[in-house]
Amino acid sequence: MKKHMKTLNKANLKESAVKGGCGECQASCQSACKTSCTVANQKCEK
Amino acid sequence: MIHKYSLNGYNIILDVYSGAVHVVDDLVYRLVDFTSEGMSSQVPAEAYNALKEYSKEDIDSAYSELFEAYNFGQLHAPDDYEQFADMMINASVKSMCLNISHDCNLACEYCFASKGGFGGERCLMSEETACKAIDFLIEKSVGRRNLEVDFFGGEPLMNYDVVKKTVEYARSKEQEFDKNFRFTITTNGLLLDDEKIDFINREMHNCVLSIDGRREVNDRLRVDWGNRGSHDRILPKFKKLVSQRNGKDYYARATYTRYNLDFTNDILYLYEQGFDQLSEEPVVSDPKLDFSIQEEDLPRIFEEYEILAKKLIEMKKNGEKINFFHFMIDLNQGPCAIRRLRGCSCGNEYVAITPQGDIFPCHQFVGNENWNMGNLNDGTFNVDIKKKFAKTTIYNKRKCRDCWARFYCSGGCNAINFEKNNDILEPYSLYCDMEKKRLECAIMIQAALADD
Repeated sequence: MKKHMKTLNKANLKESAVKGGCGECQASCQSACKTSCTVANQKCEK
Repeated sequence: MIHKYSLNGYNIILDVYSGAVHVVDDLVYRLVDFTSEGMSSQVPAEAYNALKEYSKEDIDSAYSELFEAYNFGQLHAPDDYEQFADMMINASVKSMCLNISHDCNLACEYCFASKGGFGGERCLMSEETACKAIDFLIEKSVGRRNLEVDFFGGEPLMNYDVVKKTVEYARSKEQEFDKNFRFTITTNGLLLDDEKIDFINREMHNCVLSIDGRREVNDRLRVDWGNRGSHDRILPKFKKLVSQRNGKDYYARATYTRYNLDFTNDILYLYEQGFDQLSEEPVVSDPKLDFSIQEEDLPRIFEEYEILAKKLIEMKKNGEKINFFHFMIDLNQGPCAIRRLRGCSCGNEYVAITPQGDIFPCHQFVGNENWNMGNLNDGTFNVDIKKKFAKTTIYNKRKCRDCWARFYCSGGCNAINFEKNNDILEPYSLYCDMEKKRLECAIMIQAALADD
């Protein structure tokens, strides 16, 4: 049990690159904005 | 690379290349400054000198936790992603903004599309052109099953019959070509009636309902051609649509301007009216206009995002269901790193089609003939422009190279970059600053919700 820090998530960005790039996810601009890009709030289709 | 910040009582360290988010105490928050790529298991001597108010035992214990994170690849992880930057250059087109109407029954003062006409003739798309657009998308989407078509304008419901026929046509092709069409619509609501609400709720995967919040805010800029406000006419229709949506996606989508920098009140107003899926974006407009966001407004905007974030935490902890699009972040199951290397993929995987059948990289480029990529009627499609957009990755954008937020915003909006800096590769700093603040708030909210 860590005393000084809490990690909120599994660090999986690197892992996601290995399995990623299928291209089936939504284009971010199509969801609710039409003016700005926030890619991190999109869902993975896998 | 790490990014650390303190917000709302939380010390947060984001490890940029692994995506790990650490919530840390004051000691670790300072001690991390003495770590770097290639850190050793030994506490640097200068750390003891700088942190004299802490005991050696505490510093050693805090450092060992940092070192453990480092060993797990969760701190100072290396940047391994440039090798994937060219991966999507020959990507298929899979998303389309179908400008079904270049006309609008509102004349919103801030409209980027010249009040619906996109700077050209006011007209509606024909059924023939819309069907050609569907054929184009099917043809260009080799290897992709999920296809997105957003009915956009202007006001798409001014061309409702063609919207219906386009959906019918696309659905008739799904099985033959093994495609799954996801339709969305962005509407101002004025023309909604029971039949259209039924259709939208049946066929539209998502719908974006444009309303700016409080009556006085909405009606100052979202006016019709007689300068009359739209709030009272659209609100009951939007409420009815949402009440019959049966859990399908929608967003009540507001624009904020310099006139309502207290925009949290508009979000809360919309929530009180029964909308729990909310989006609110800064206006995109000529800085010379009174309502445009200015650099000097940033401190106030940052403060307002913090106010909104704290309010959302309070509401969520009270069990209220409310979702703000720009604070959405899934730290575990978000998009893959490859997806994050380029933003919306406009001009590459995403295009906009005008009523004349012209193809543009996205709706925001429509009307700028330098970016015309071809036309559905003569079968032209400029692959050079497509390749240019395919290369708009965070590795090709100078400002993104050393930015901590690059795997979250993915390089900004290319159209805004071009409009503001005349270069699709040069992000617009004002928008970068706002995006970074939203991300800090979004991550902090996750920290707060995990803190129970």
